[in-house]
Amino acid sequence: MKTDELIGLLGTSFEREPVGTPWMTRRLALAVAVGATAALFLALAFLGLRPGLTQARPLLFLALKVAFAAAVGGLALRYLVRAARPGGESRVHLGVVASPFLAVAALAGVSLSMTPPAHWHGQISGHTWLECLVSIPVIAIVPFAVITWAVRRFGAPTDLLRAGALVGLSAGAVSALGYSLHCMDDTVPFVAVWYGGTIAICTLAGALLGPRLLRW
Amino acid sequence: MIHREVELRTLLTEGLLGRSADYRRFLECLGPHLRAYYRNKLSRSGRGDTEAEDLVQETLMAVHTRRHTYDVTQPVTPWVYAIARYKLIDHLRRTRPGTADVPVEDAGELMAADDHTATESTLDVERLLARLPAKARLAIRSMKVEGLSAAEAAERAGMSETAVKVSVHRGLKALASFVGGRTK
Repeated sequence: MKTDELIGLLGTSFEREPVGTPWMTRRLALAVAVGATAALFLALAFLGLRPGLTQARPLLFLALKVAFAAAVGGLALRYLVRAARPGGESRVHLGVVASPFLAVAALAGVSLSMTPPAHWHGQISGHTWLECLVSIPVIAIVPFAVITWAVRRFGAPTDLLRAGALVGLSAGAVSALGYSLHCMDDTVPFVAVWYGGTIAICTLAGALLGPRLLRW
Repeated sequence: MIHREVELRTLLTEGLLGRSADYRRFLECLGPHLRAYYRNKLSRSGRGDTEAEDLVQETLMAVHTRRHTYDVTQPVTPWVYAIARYKLIDHLRRTRPGTADVPVEDAGELMAADDHTATESTLDVERLLARLPAKARLAIRSMKVEGLSAAEAAERAGMSETAVKVSVHRGLKALASFVGGRTK
């Protein structure tokens, strides 16, 4: 086939359809929202809601965890939308993505500095670090699959490593959001290490899988 | 260069609003740029113009099927360049020597056939059409190859005009995916 023929074919196959900037953004945002709903459902169905949510301290820490996960997820979505466009990876700023992690690490540092070193171990590993370490990445599989599908279907990433990392980051963030409803360890260092760490694991897994899964 | 960017951007944004003449002109402007780009890149690794033409067409299809990924607030040249570069890397990876090993015994095949259509791509529109469902094939052949209007094509196929348009749209999407995945 001659290229002119192809252009004729493509140029006339033109229907008024939803094109333009907001269209893809909305699709990807919807995928992240669906992933978050799935993570919430999985956490509540298999792990259950934590007790004590009528008291101030558990509520405060739930708010902290939700705020951290939502900040990470919001930034991940913002940059995922950019990375899903050809050439858009140059507009992904890793420093900004890292800012919620740095903020929670700083808070954890403050919290530890006000605690005697003998209690640091308990503050950091809490009671359920292993459950957290396993649950967040496992729950993240479902949102990861949904968001990966959406990026393949609606996007066209040209830096698959970075796009994959951002898919993993958003999946990890919404998974942490769901898990926070169950998690009973209420210290800032715990959130910094285990929430931050597991989301980082999800990001790494996404970066490794991106070049295979996101090809188009 | 800047002049070119302004022109391409105007054509594409107008095209995306539904002016198919501008959109077609946009694709026509891209063609020569892509051809020069791929010929230059491929000749360095000792590959021929047919491969370059394949890539030109593959990229045009990608631009078409992924046109909604263009952010109208951003320049259009880097967007097209990113697609072109992505398709080049993808192509080189798919066809690297290690994965394209051919047994020595088949050397005789080289002289068994010759090919006078080197300036065309290896895409054969009829061969591709044969892989589509009958409805889509008829609709595309009527409208895109023979150039009938949607109403005429609808009458011939005994379908509604909308159904014909939908068939054409879906069929072209399927064609693009065949082309993108044909050597995978």
